[in-house]
Amino acid sequence: MLSRVANCLYWMARYIERAENIARIVDVNLQLLLDFRSLNDQRLADHWMPIIQSTGDEEAFLKLYKKANGKNVTEFLVFQMENSNSIVQSICQARENARMVRDQITSELWEELNRLYLFVRSPQARQVWKESPSEFFQQVKASSLILIGLTRATSIRNEGWNFSEAGKFLERADKISRILDLRYHTLPEKGAPTTVSQTEALEWSAILRSCSSWDAYKSIHSAEVHPKLVAEFLLLREDFPRSARFCITELNRALRRISGVSEGRFSNDAEKLAGRLEAELQFSTVDDIFTDGLHQYLDQFQLKLNAIGDALFSAYFFQSIASMDDQMLVQQEEQQQQSRG
Amino acid sequence: MAFLRQGITFNVYGDSAGTEKIFPFDMLPRIIPAKEWEYLERGLTQRITALNLFLHDIYHEQRILKDGVIPPHYVLSGKHFRREFAGFNVPKDIYIHVCGTDLIRDGDGQWLVLEDNGRCPSGVSYVLENRRAMKRSFPGMFEDIGVRPVEDYPQELLRMLNHIAPAGVADPTVVLLTPGAYNSAYFEHTYLARQMGIEIVEGRDLVVRDARVFMRTTKGLRPVHVIYRRIDDDFLDPTVFRRDSMLGVPGLVRAYRAGNVSLANSIGTGIADDKVIYYFVPRMIKYYLDQEPIIPNVPTYLANEEADKKYILENLSKLVVKAANESGGYGMLMGPKASKDEIETFRKQVEADPRNYIAQPMISLSRHPTHVDGKFEGRHIDLRPFILYGDKITIVPGGLTRVALRKGSLVVNSSQGGGSKDTWVLYGDE
Repeated sequence: MLSRVANCLYWMARYIERAENIARIVDVNLQLLLDFRSLNDQRLADHWMPIIQSTGDEEAFLKLYKKANGKNVTEFLVFQMENSNSIVQSICQARENARMVRDQITSELWEELNRLYLFVRSPQARQVWKESPSEFFQQVKASSLILIGLTRATSIRNEGWNFSEAGKFLERADKISRILDLRYHTLPEKGAPTTVSQTEALEWSAILRSCSSWDAYKSIHSAEVHPKLVAEFLLLREDFPRSARFCITELNRALRRISGVSEGRFSNDAEKLAGRLEAELQFSTVDDIFTDGLHQYLDQFQLKLNAIGDALFSAYFFQSIASMDDQMLVQQEEQQQQSRG
Repeated sequence: MAFLRQGITFNVYGDSAGTEKIFPFDMLPRIIPAKEWEYLERGLTQRITALNLFLHDIYHEQRILKDGVIPPHYVLSGKHFRREFAGFNVPKDIYIHVCGTDLIRDGDGQWLVLEDNGRCPSGVSYVLENRRAMKRSFPGMFEDIGVRPVEDYPQELLRMLNHIAPAGVADPTVVLLTPGAYNSAYFEHTYLARQMGIEIVEGRDLVVRDARVFMRTTKGLRPVHVIYRRIDDDFLDPTVFRRDSMLGVPGLVRAYRAGNVSLANSIGTGIADDKVIYYFVPRMIKYYLDQEPIIPNVPTYLANEEADKKYILENLSKLVVKAANESGGYGMLMGPKASKDEIETFRKQVEADPRNYIAQPMISLSRHPTHVDGKFEGRHIDLRPFILYGDKITIVPGGLTRVALRKGSLVVNSSQGGGSKDTWVLYGDE
């Protein structure tokens, strides 16, 4: 398969996943604020700034806006074209990548992605958002899920499919770790907190909701929300599709289907790093993680994901011959990586 | 409409949003009896043979110029004449591998050649898709009437491409080189590539090393032997032609010269579809083949000839004036339908650059019943057969019949409000 085509499929899947995750983060946090009273500017900034930080775009945000309040942050994360990771930009990028390989994807997938693209770019989208943000996010989330389902239901399980799976799970793992890191400033640097206030419990349940994990979590832990349990659930669970471990397992599998190399061996750095990370997650306990500090752990985790992304790129997409186009392509790829580091 | 859902589209240049438009399709097929088709086949075969001999000649001995059959300056001043390729031997001596020759019929039913498209003619995917649509809608009719199939075009195309592979390559890798998703014919590129089972690549997918072409795949670099290129000469290789080309492959021309990769069509064919050179095709046929042209040209005036120029400028309002190197209905004046301003604009252009303009009388194109607003009305049509030149010359029976959907309009280009019809070449004459 052409490297360019594989690259487009990989990024298409990543951007679809990214749009959905940002939609969930913003949606949940807007709702969460309804539960708090007497919010002054500082409290608002304390609430929203970590969200901007979590997408890695703090600098871009501060260039555009003075205050981190709900209006500015949501505008920045949803519609802002200057933000390369906003929902609308992510959808545009997903569609642009799909367009480049229009002949390689099913028409159902293309039509739905195109529909979503036309929707978020229409004045009607703004109207929906104004009247009911949650209705807007619902549409983005639903469309993303349709896209994921359509891909599963209509794609041949070929190399292209494996690259899009790899992209989807890498992105999802990354976003889970960033969402989980939202409240790190309320945690001790090392170790787990002993008591959890009501506000904190609400904030941690918002984290679960941002990962579509609230119902699954409740079914295991009932309504007891503790950062340790939440972290364990979102990082280490083997059987939940929105846990980091599940994502890395799937990523690793996709990589191995691409190369045909069995587990326990590797043929390139991407497989080596993904295999190692999977083993780490398999053989870690949440106590280990909190002993070193959750924030520290998540930081490292994100760096590892970036390293896997880079290794994937050099293994399959880029054959070290510099032409003008490739330099541009690489530059754009790098921007993606840096803005998230 | 099924076409909307399936997305058979073309892009209109100058539309920055890259909006995809549907090529309208008329259900009433155009019918060509066997005898008539046999005549057209002979005429087109004669023509592509002469054009290839002409190209070989002007890039080698230039006998036709030395013998004074064609004034040398017309060839040497041609925008698409590639002097860099003088003396170069193209694989199997074939220059134009795929030719789309536009034919019309005048008021008396006489077939005439309107122009030759010897660079990257497009439209064949509509021939194939129109036929599919017709077969789905009227399955019974095909057997009853006896219509010759068109479906093997992709196989014939692939056969031709394999035929021109560099010597010594047993199992050549053939690719289709597209300018990309924003090109007006992108649909066709993907369609043909899929039908032939070959990769569709963009310039940046290819790389040249040691004068050999490779494509970048997830399994590393894979050698490429034949490129069906759908981008113009100018954009092929930024190190040789336009330096700002983002579509091309640096070093491609070097690999081509070294004989490690074959191109269809060859570089430098554009001179043959220069509309000024078109004027001389009947002379070429006589010169190289010692035959009379089977299908005549439309009478043509060259603005560069004093007498012709005088006639053209005096009769602008009656003539069709065409720029020598434009296509797709661009750069054209339809005198009788034009405004005074348009005529004056062309007058200035012709006077400023006579080498690059020709004029032809307004031919009243034949009309064909066409479904318009619930009833059938006559609309003007033309025909573009597709000729393949490989180990032999093959012409897909029929071709693309384009129809001017606007009443009275003579412009059939898809970019200017034209549509298409299925074209049925019959086994018999009934």
